[in-house]
Amino acid sequence: MVFGALFSKIKQGLAKTRSLFSSIAQLFSFKGRVDQKFLDELEKRLYLADVGTYATQEIVARVKQAYLDKEVSGEMVAFVKDQLKSMLTAPSQGIAFAPSGPTVILVAGVNGAGKTTSIAKLAKYCQGQGKTVCVAACDTFRAAAVEQLTIWSQRLGCEIVKNQQGSDPASVAHDACEKTKARNFDVLIVDTAGRLHTQTHLMKELDKIRRIVIKQIPGAPHEVLLVLDATAGQNAILQAENFKKTIACTGIILAKLDGTAKGGAIFGIKQKLDLPVKFVGLGEGLDDLEVFNPTEYVEKLFED
Amino acid sequence: MFEGIMRGLSEAIKGMRGKGKITEANIQEGLRQVRTALLEADVNFNVVNEFIERVKGQALGQQVMRSLDPSEQIIKIIYEELVRLMKGEVEKPEPLFHFAKDRPTVLMLCGLQGSGKTTTCAKLAMLLRDRHGKKPLLVAADLQRPAAVEQLKTLGEQLGIPVYAEGPAQPGGKGPNPVSVCNNAAAHARSAGYDVIILDTAGRLHIAEMPMEELKQIDRQVRPDDVFFVCDAMTGQDAVNSAKAFDDALDLNGVILTKLDGDARGGAALSIKQVTNVAIKFMGVGEKLSALEEFVPERMAQRIMGQGDVWSIIEKVQRVQQELSAEEIEAQRKKLEKGDFNLDDFRKQFTQMAKMGGMKDMLGSMPGMGDLIPEGEDPDVAIKRIQGIIDGMTKEERKNPDVIDLSRRRRIAQGSGTEPHNIKQFLNQFAQVRVIMRQIANMSMMDRLKMLMGMGKSGMIGPGGSLPKAKIGTGHRKTAKERADERKKKRKRDK
Repeated sequence: MVFGALFSKIKQGLAKTRSLFSSIAQLFSFKGRVDQKFLDELEKRLYLADVGTYATQEIVARVKQAYLDKEVSGEMVAFVKDQLKSMLTAPSQGIAFAPSGPTVILVAGVNGAGKTTSIAKLAKYCQGQGKTVCVAACDTFRAAAVEQLTIWSQRLGCEIVKNQQGSDPASVAHDACEKTKARNFDVLIVDTAGRLHTQTHLMKELDKIRRIVIKQIPGAPHEVLLVLDATAGQNAILQAENFKKTIACTGIILAKLDGTAKGGAIFGIKQKLDLPVKFVGLGEGLDDLEVFNPTEYVEKLFED
Repeated sequence: MFEGIMRGLSEAIKGMRGKGKITEANIQEGLRQVRTALLEADVNFNVVNEFIERVKGQALGQQVMRSLDPSEQIIKIIYEELVRLMKGEVEKPEPLFHFAKDRPTVLMLCGLQGSGKTTTCAKLAMLLRDRHGKKPLLVAADLQRPAAVEQLKTLGEQLGIPVYAEGPAQPGGKGPNPVSVCNNAAAHARSAGYDVIILDTAGRLHIAEMPMEELKQIDRQVRPDDVFFVCDAMTGQDAVNSAKAFDDALDLNGVILTKLDGDARGGAALSIKQVTNVAIKFMGVGEKLSALEEFVPERMAQRIMGQGDVWSIIEKVQRVQQELSAEEIEAQRKKLEKGDFNLDDFRKQFTQMAKMGGMKDMLGSMPGMGDLIPEGEDPDVAIKRIQGIIDGMTKEERKNPDVIDLSRRRRIAQGSGTEPHNIKQFLNQFAQVRVIMRQIANMSMMDRLKMLMGMGKSGMIGPGGSLPKAKIGTGHRKTAKERADERKKKRKRDK
């Protein structure tokens, strides 16, 4: 893949929004000594990016320890960037495709996080890797969710397995697995209804879908991706915690990173759950999905 | 919801208890914890700092009243500041809707993608029809997201409320566009006799120029009477940025906070009003279309501070009771006054409340009742179980639960597919409900308010605090020794 193009996309997404973080850059262009006022300002910038108490306090403490009463310097900027990077997951390898047979990707998240749109983008990404894709419309709850995915599948030219609204999502998943095996699709992406992570009965339903998939296809699901809204604050950590517990998530799609929100909650998620970010969503178009790269993420945050 | 603020506050307050005087030194640590709790709850950083400064300033400037513990005074300050933060300094609150007089009222909903606009449109339509007696028309103006029009149509069908739609946009700019759809819908509403139209616009980023321009065009041409910004309660620090941008573009009349039925601490609720000066008017509390409630700052502040939200219960009970005939209400009131609120009445009310939806958050907000539905259990299942338990009792047992002994408990458990200890637990909880019901029935409006304030304190000081215990006559005047024993026991318990 052409990495330059990839990164420039991330940059574009963040470009509209850099005003906030650019003030971190401004902060570092400040000449003088690192004092309490400087540290307070650093803390503020990090909090405003939703980085959260843990990571913020950690970074401020480290900067304080290493640089208190020293001059603000380029070396220190590099230090802060390194600290931020070290608190994120390693660069994403994208989807871990099954060595043989179909790869099953289960996608979940709270209401309105951006699951269906992310699935369409993910299907396009897989098609771009030369795979044939089938999607399963297991959001049988929300009005017109099936229609939404159907329209995407038509635009993508990929197969869709669906049933009526209100039908059992597990049975749709079952049929989708059958079809994937029978017609030798490379990838099956399972869409699920949005649910709040506190709704235990709905979380159980999600687990049921997962168990159906496990039973039907050996080694499945190969990826269980949680879609998080980048505008979400610290609640994203609770979401990740509960979804990971219920369906053993393998990674995160950080959607809507093209706004002014920074998705800083991923710092807390990494620290608490060690759940890697695999993709970032950067717009409404089918191509607006990028493989996550922590260096790029942090760099772009600081770029002016 | 809001457990974080609750926990942080109550821990902070614990540290302040027993101090004779409010000084900067002894509130410093407490306020630091309050600050962290608010930040963890996604309240905007700048708003938090202002908040802490105000609380501190007020606390230090306050005369220590002889009869009050300083911690009690701080609680009151925090409560008042929370309310102030969400309410702003207005004499009288804005009306919920600005109904137009000479034409159909136009409501426009806008917001980021996935904030819950379409669902909220349907909820608003239902509320306007059922509680304001309006004849609403839903307008599908989201031509961007695939199948958004279909979604609104489906919801309209479920409610029996008509939807105006012109089909999806065509590639190449042909076919309908959102601005013309809204214009045509307004004309249609006028001729077809609808009195409110609700515009469901596409989700968009506040920094996307073209889409924002489109909203401004609708705003200019259709002239909505109310523009509501729909905001996900789980939004982080960015909530104020998007709310501010939408307000700058459209001059918002209100904010609707959605997805408050999860564990979102909803810091956005605290920030948005402060930063934009736009009032939060409604909150979405569930997937059911009836799960839209009026936002009341006092109630939210009480909830943040961690005691049951009796006010909303009273309101809900009133709403349910409208369905009952006047005699039944009178009979119930009399019964309540006498204190013989029994399980039959409980089951009746319980079923009625369940019908209204939002049962779980209602129970959750009722002191001591949250336990009826175990953490995370499907509320519908729990409600059925409770109904099953009551159904398994004889008439006599329902009238007088005190007769239920172990062997009866076993029988009821078997009949309802539960365990004997579940029955005991339930009966204990019911006993608490009975006390509350008796209190409420006997109260004047003033006393109800006072009770709320009293509960504020108990909730703050003891996390998970319950109602102040009602005095129940023991039938005889206690001797001095009995009273002393009781005091001793009480002291022990309080420790």
